[in-house]
Amino acid sequence: MELFGLSIPLYGWQTVLGSAISGVFLGSIYALVALGLTLIYGVLHIINFAHGALLMLAMYGVYFLWRYFGIDPYLAMLVIVPAGFFFGYGLQRYVIGWASHGKDEIILLVTLGIAIVIENGALFFFTATERSVRVPYDLDGIDLGVTYAVYPELAALAGSLLITGGLWLFMTRTDTGKAIRAVARERQGARLVGINVDHIFAVTFGIGVACVAAAASLLVPTYPVHPQIGSLFVLIAFTVVVLGGMGSFVGALIGGLLIGVTEQLGRLYLGESLGLITVSLIFILVLLFRPNGLFGQKTGQGSS
Amino acid sequence: MSKIKTNRSRRDFIKMAGAAATAVAAGIGGFPYVARAAGNIKIGIVHPVTGWAQYSGSQARFGAVTALKEINAGGGIKSMGGARLEAVLGDAQSKPEIGAAVVEKFNEAGVSSIVGAYASNICLATTQAAAKYGIPHVVDVGVSDKIVSRGLENTFRFGPGFGAITKAGVENFLNINKAAGSPVKTVAIVNEETTGFGAGIAKIMTRGLKPAGIEVVEVLSHPTPNKDFRNIVLRLKEIDPDVVIPSHYYNEGVLFLRTLQRQKVQPKAIYSVLGGASSQYRFLAEFPDAAQYVMDCNHWFDPRNPEALALKKKTEEAGLYFNYEVFLAYTAMMFTADAIERAASADRGKIIEAMAASNWAGSIMPYGPTRMVNGQNTGARPLVTQVLGKEILVIAPETYAQAKAVFPRPA
Repeated sequence: MELFGLSIPLYGWQTVLGSAISGVFLGSIYALVALGLTLIYGVLHIINFAHGALLMLAMYGVYFLWRYFGIDPYLAMLVIVPAGFFFGYGLQRYVIGWASHGKDEIILLVTLGIAIVIENGALFFFTATERSVRVPYDLDGIDLGVTYAVYPELAALAGSLLITGGLWLFMTRTDTGKAIRAVARERQGARLVGINVDHIFAVTFGIGVACVAAAASLLVPTYPVHPQIGSLFVLIAFTVVVLGGMGSFVGALIGGLLIGVTEQLGRLYLGESLGLITVSLIFILVLLFRPNGLFGQKTGQGSS
Repeated sequence: MSKIKTNRSRRDFIKMAGAAATAVAAGIGGFPYVARAAGNIKIGIVHPVTGWAQYSGSQARFGAVTALKEINAGGGIKSMGGARLEAVLGDAQSKPEIGAAVVEKFNEAGVSSIVGAYASNICLATTQAAAKYGIPHVVDVGVSDKIVSRGLENTFRFGPGFGAITKAGVENFLNINKAAGSPVKTVAIVNEETTGFGAGIAKIMTRGLKPAGIEVVEVLSHPTPNKDFRNIVLRLKEIDPDVVIPSHYYNEGVLFLRTLQRQKVQPKAIYSVLGGASSQYRFLAEFPDAAQYVMDCNHWFDPRNPEALALKKKTEEAGLYFNYEVFLAYTAMMFTADAIERAASADRGKIIEAMAASNWAGSIMPYGPTRMVNGQNTGARPLVTQVLGKEILVIAPETYAQAKAVFPRPA
């Protein structure tokens, strides 16, 4: 088949379906990384360039817990998620907030600086060597006929659904969640009704980092850890956030899955290198026709 | 007393901080780090020790630096009164343009020769930049044949290039297939296309395999780095070729072989040509099941050479894996030192002459005497290895074979 001068090969339906299913698994990983980002990016309007570096740091945390204490990567969540929260809280309250004086353009540079420090620190202390976690259930899974779904992939998919649901419940049902939304919508007003805005900022950032830590636990059984691993996911995670709508968790989940499937099918039909343009194509189309994203709110939200 | 003590500790601190800062700059910023005082013969060592090729680049750096240390420990360059070699390290950051910039800095630092730069696309850039200043450049790994076909007089490659390796790969494969009763009818190629080391693999393979009645049914190319191989494996499942021939770098090699294993796709054999992970001790240590029976036509040391085994031990004691990055960079440095010894001079032009005329036969590789034609050592050849149990053993050619090929692989 010919299309725009490119020859599009015809594949068996098993291959196409298998590719789409693998796209769902890949997409769930994008969604996992994007969830923390959408919270920080969408709610606080902080473009967190350090997101990928924090993901990498959390992955190292999971790896070392497995390597030196024999803790299963999934169980490591019990340690790494609270650690991520407190690290993120401290980072926002005592580094980003302190250095940026509340100006968004400075925040951008501060997070970029943090990313550089973390990545080069990791390179210096952990070296460039890739490290893989080996779990006994690594190759076990369910035969879907057209493709094989291994447990680490299924866990990542389940994890992305659970974290999306959990975040949604947290934001709508708890006082802290309501306070976060209030701060996002009207910073000054929130302060007037007695919300500690600095604290809420730091809590939100902490939750965002905790999400990334959870994602790290779910990624480690599949992806080897190295100092550059964050950049593999974080650029696409930004696309996912814009596609889904800033601050929308359901949007991040759907956006992630959509991008994952698009990318896999694009790579199948256009070749592994050229296929990646489909992601950028979707990004441009969304910006053109739905600038607020699939699930974003129409009116501009935010502080002053 | 206490005052002196304070002074000392402060001085120590400054010294340490300075050393750490320099190390950080050398390792991360890509600034050449001059290891010893001036007056020695400076050798630029450029590798990608950050970015996608960081692991392999660091391994290669270890190989080159180890050779340099051994030369100095053995009395330096004897024809120059025991002159020492001095390493000037540079980081190409896995980008050709950065590699070229490192060479500019090497030139300013006054290096006599350069060893590097792992990946083919980086080597193309560094050799060209070095040619501007007439600096001899020995390519350690980069196998693209473009590297030695541009008429650059400063560029030498001691190891075999892609064309020679693929040709040897086809010949050995046909022999192995024939010995097993010729069970192979179809092969599929999986190759990387970013750095271009394997450009033209399909053509060479088809030309070599067709007369034996073997058809190349599919060529699946992918970028480097590539984070997912499921599409490629799904395609292989659909086509179901007898043999899969992968040709790519380490990380992709690991991911590809693991994806095959996860998706339970098992061809009669995986016979890689420059397989990246296929003949790597590290891969074998981490994923012994995925590595079993994988064959690889690649750079390999002479398994009977005691010096090679000594280097293997040294590498393992340093906590690293003995792979082609290490022994190729090691050999490139040894070749450089031998040429300087022959030239009896640190002059760039004289070293180039000595390299071009070299007939060095003392390497740990299965090469025989060196003979440079347009900068390519025509004595160089690859070996075919197979992962058998906990070992990577040479299975072809006959002269170097340590074991018989297990082919087709047991189900």
